[in-house]
Amino acid sequence: MNYPAIVRVTKTIEEAEKVKSILFRLEREVKPGQFFMILVPGEDEIPMSVSYATNLEKGITFKVVGRATRKLYEVEEGSVIGVRGPLGNGFSLKGKNILFVGGGTGIASIVLAIERAIKENRKCKVVIGARNEREIIFEERLRRQGAEVYISTDDGSKGFKGKASDLALKLIEEMEPDQVITCGPEKMMKKIVDICNEREIYVEASLERFVKCALGICGQCVMGKGLRICTDGPVFDGKTLAGCADFGVFRRDESGKKVYFHE
Amino acid sequence: MVDISVRISGIHLKNPTILASGIMGSCGQALRRIAEEGGVGALVTKSIGKEPRKGYPNPTAVELECGILNAMGLPNPGIDAFGEELKELEGVGIPVIGSIFGKDVEEFVFLAKKMEGYGVDALEINMSCPHAKGYGLEVGSDPDLVEEIVRKIKKNVKIPLFVKLSANLTSIVDIGKVAEKEGADALVAINSVKAMKIDVDLMKPILYNKIGGYSGKGIKPIGVRCVYELAKEVKIPIIGVGGITDWRDAVEYILAGARAVQVGSGIFYRGIKIFREISEGIRKWMMKRGFEKIDDFRGLALE
Repeated sequence: MNYPAIVRVTKTIEEAEKVKSILFRLEREVKPGQFFMILVPGEDEIPMSVSYATNLEKGITFKVVGRATRKLYEVEEGSVIGVRGPLGNGFSLKGKNILFVGGGTGIASIVLAIERAIKENRKCKVVIGARNEREIIFEERLRRQGAEVYISTDDGSKGFKGKASDLALKLIEEMEPDQVITCGPEKMMKKIVDICNEREIYVEASLERFVKCALGICGQCVMGKGLRICTDGPVFDGKTLAGCADFGVFRRDESGKKVYFHE
Repeated sequence: MVDISVRISGIHLKNPTILASGIMGSCGQALRRIAEEGGVGALVTKSIGKEPRKGYPNPTAVELECGILNAMGLPNPGIDAFGEELKELEGVGIPVIGSIFGKDVEEFVFLAKKMEGYGVDALEINMSCPHAKGYGLEVGSDPDLVEEIVRKIKKNVKIPLFVKLSANLTSIVDIGKVAEKEGADALVAINSVKAMKIDVDLMKPILYNKIGGYSGKGIKPIGVRCVYELAKEVKIPIIGVGGITDWRDAVEYILAGARAVQVGSGIFYRGIKIFREISEGIRKWMMKRGFEKIDDFRGLALE
C-alpha cells in the first residue's frame, strides 16, 4: 500500500559538508534508480533516491537545500521516519560498456545502478562532478567496488577542472559507451542527453520535480507531454526526453507555476 | 448500433467519461495526455483561484485500505498563469471544463469571466472541497451564498455552469435545488468526503493538514446515494463522481440518474487508460442488454 511505513533510523553517515545519509530498517526489494517518499513526522515529506540497499536495510543521501532537508538533517540514529515506496521505474542496465555521470548529490541516485552493473560484469566508468573537492561523495565507495572513477570539480580542486558534462564528453569520445546513465543538475543532464542522442547512444537520466501525492494522480510532478515523475519516471530515456520541451528549460513550483532553470 | 455519446447543456461528449477536477489538471500538457492517451469524453481542469497557491506541505495524499485520503490545499498557478496552460489544449477535440474556486461572489464572478475568456466550453464551480479554509465546502454549505454565486455567474457568462456539490451537506438536495433555481446547467456530485487517518505508530494524523478528503472505492455508495437523491428532485443533468474504477461503477451511477460520470482516483487503480476501459465496458454491456443509447438505461433505478 502507498502509505508511509514508520521505521527507525539505524545509522546516519556524514558524507560531506551538509551531505548526509540516513539508513533505516526496511525489508523491501529496490530497483536501482527508484525513490522513497521520506516523511519527517509533523514537518514534510520529500522524494529521495535510494542510495543504500541491503536485504534488511535501505538508505537515502541528501544535501541540505531547504527547510525539509534541514529537518531531515537533524534526524538521528533511533529517530523515527516514514517511508513510502520504493516508487518509480528505476534504471534499466542494457549496455556492456556504460558511462555513469553524477553531478553533485545526483551521484546518490545512480550509485546503486553502478554497483549492480559492476556485479553483472559490465564495464563501468564513472564521472563524479562537484563544485569542489569537499563536496565529492561516494568516490571511495565506488573505487572499492572496482569502478573506474573520474572526478571533475568546477574550481579544479580535484581532478578535471570544469563541468562534469565536459569530462563526460571527453570520455564518451574515448570509450564509445553503449549506454550512458546520468543524474544531476538538469542543465548538465540536458547537455549529456543531447550529446548521446546526437551519437545514438542509449541514455537514461533521472529527473527531479516537486512531488506531492506520489500516487500518479495530482499531476504536480509532470513534465513534457504529461509524464509523471512519480509514476512514469523518475528515469526517462533520451528519446523520451527529446520530446520534452521543458527538459533543461523549466520546472514547476508547488503552485504549478513555471520556474526557469539558470546555469 | 450502440451510441455511448451524451449531451449535457448542449455540450457533446463522445463518451460519458469526464476527467474529475484536481487530477493531472493544473498543466495543459498533462490534460492533453488524458485526452489523447486516455480517450476521455471531456476534461475538467484543476480548480483555479485568483492568486497562485502553493497548497499544503506533504504528506498531501496517502493510500488507505478502501481509497485515497488527500489534503492538497487547492494548489494552483492562479488564473493569470492558467491561460497559457489552456492554450496547450488547442485542437484537443473534446470539451474542456474550467473549474474555479473563490471565497466570495466577487471572486467567483471574476474567475468565471476570466475562464470564459480563455475559451473553455463550460464552468464547474467548486462548492465542495472539504479541506480548504474559507473555500469549497465552506462556501457550498451556505444556501444564500450558493444562490448569489450561481445567480451572478449566470448573469455574467454565457457558457454552461456546473455546480460541484459535497456529500458532507446535511441535504445535498436542498443545495442542488437552490443551484437549479438560479440557473445552474448541471450538478456534479460528489467531491471527496471529509475524513481523517490517524497513524497508530505515530499516534498523530498522517496528513500535514490533519483533515482531508476521502476518494476512491470506499466512497462510491455515498456518491451513488447523492446522485439518486438529486435525480429524484432536480431536472437539470447530474454528473456522477466518486469511487468509479470500472464500467460497472459507471453504469451504477447512470442507473441512479447520472448523465455522465467523472473519474479521478480511478487513475491510481487502473492507469490513464481507465476512461477507454469504462467506455468500452459500457458499450459491450449495452450491446448485450440491447440498449442503443445511454438515455435508454439512465435512471432506471429511480423507477
